[in-house]
Amino acid sequence: MPYGGPLPRAILTVSALTALLRTHIESVFSDVWVEGEVSNLRVPSSGHAYFTLKDQASQIRAVLFRSIGQALRFALKDGMRLVCRGRVTVYEPRGDYQVVVEYAEPKGIGALQLAFEQLKERLAAEGLFDPARKRALPNFPRRIGVVTSPTGAAIRDIIQVLHKRFPAVDILINPVTVQGTGAAAEIAQAIAELNELGGSDVLIVGRGGGSLEDLWPFNEEIVARAIAASRIPVVSAVGHEIDFTIADFVADVRAPTPSAAAELVVRDRKEIRIQVQGLRERAAHAVRTGLRDRRRRVDAERRSLADPAALVERAMQRRDDLEIRLRLALVARVRDVRAAVEALRHDVLLQSPLHGIRQKLALVPHVRMRLEQRIQIALALWRRSVQDAAEMLHSLSPLAILGRGYSITRRWPDLTLLRAASDVAPGEAVHVRLASGELVCEVRRVGENLQPG
Amino acid sequence: MATVKFEEALARLEAIVAELERGELPLDDSMRIFEEGVKLSKNCLKILEDAEHRVEILVKDKDGKKRARPFDLEGGAGSGENGGEDEA
Repeated sequence: MPYGGPLPRAILTVSALTALLRTHIESVFSDVWVEGEVSNLRVPSSGHAYFTLKDQASQIRAVLFRSIGQALRFALKDGMRLVCRGRVTVYEPRGDYQVVVEYAEPKGIGALQLAFEQLKERLAAEGLFDPARKRALPNFPRRIGVVTSPTGAAIRDIIQVLHKRFPAVDILINPVTVQGTGAAAEIAQAIAELNELGGSDVLIVGRGGGSLEDLWPFNEEIVARAIAASRIPVVSAVGHEIDFTIADFVADVRAPTPSAAAELVVRDRKEIRIQVQGLRERAAHAVRTGLRDRRRRVDAERRSLADPAALVERAMQRRDDLEIRLRLALVARVRDVRAAVEALRHDVLLQSPLHGIRQKLALVPHVRMRLEQRIQIALALWRRSVQDAAEMLHSLSPLAILGRGYSITRRWPDLTLLRAASDVAPGEAVHVRLASGELVCEVRRVGENLQPG
Repeated sequence: MATVKFEEALARLEAIVAELERGELPLDDSMRIFEEGVKLSKNCLKILEDAEHRVEILVKDKDGKKRARPFDLEGGAGSGENGGEDEA
């Protein structure tokens, strides 16, 4: 073969060359850091993530195996800027080289922060933070379930506050580890256990403050889902005031600290004491007012049903009084008329000249007769109105009561009003006033339901 | 327990006060529910002063089931440290 010299031609197979490249590349690039943008991300059912890392000019294939991906806590997304650490391998069937990612973090923002944002967004989209899902806390829980560390400050604070505010409440602790691997699963399980066990009216889930890393279990999906699935209302109590966790968003009520959670779940007994005392005072006031109103009503009725004898006496007196006034008025009237007649007669006598005296004198009896007629008419009218007034008075007066068959019985002769048969003894005399007339009777028997004979 | 009674008692007391303030009950009924209200309020106040409360912790028994044990703040679980761990 015309090929310049006897140099032995070392001809490699494709596989051999690929194997050589692979060995070389994998030993040289066994631990590299690379930064680029994720694109063409594909995650088949195996859970491994295949993507391309690229910058303006170049690109390189990358794979993130499932086990590593899960540990990352955040999810890869196309367009994400990623800093990766890994090794370069060659995929022999295709002669491709690729970065096998062993660690990755998002560029710029911390991995945890990103994971937090991603989970928050996802759960929010699912509606887990929906205010409509939030349940009201019970007014007076009898037992409070607490998911926290049994040795932390949180449980100490919670017990102390509960004891101070409302001692008559029981606490059931389901102890968990609150940080590190496995904590989230423990917390989620503890929430589920308290639900299964029953008897708790509200749950407090939390821990004292710490670094974002320390609080992490409360940002994990498994905890969020356990809280969402809890039939018992959950108060989250993670950290110190400013740290918000995913658990806070899912919980029915978020308390900034464990102490605050304890304050939220029970009302202050001082407050309740004031409420109870207020209710008692209102009850007493209502009863007092009711009694006073009733007494007033009874008094008014009693007054209107006053002693009939007194009524009769008063009415008689008024009638007598009226009669006297009428009589006086009549007398005065008659006197006035008489005076008028006298005046007239006087006038007539004065006016008449001597020559007409006889004629005028003849008129006098006539005038006098007419005047007397008028007096009679006036008197009749007055008598009539006196009669009418008396009748009206009678119809209005308690005397009418006597007209219906009642009588007023008084001891004779002192006229003390009698209300009970026992006020007199046989042999004593009584005075009975009837509608018409009066009787003085002797008492023969005293008692109740007396029969004749 | 006590707090259930408490909630019911408080609700009943509120109903009684409303009824009395409406003022439509006959006198003897008013007096009867007033006395009931006084009794209820006394009970409520007594419960409020009641310092008795249980603090318990779930501890895994030998059979793997969790059971409530008294919890002592100073010593952790009453019968063992770190509730949740198995104990001999």
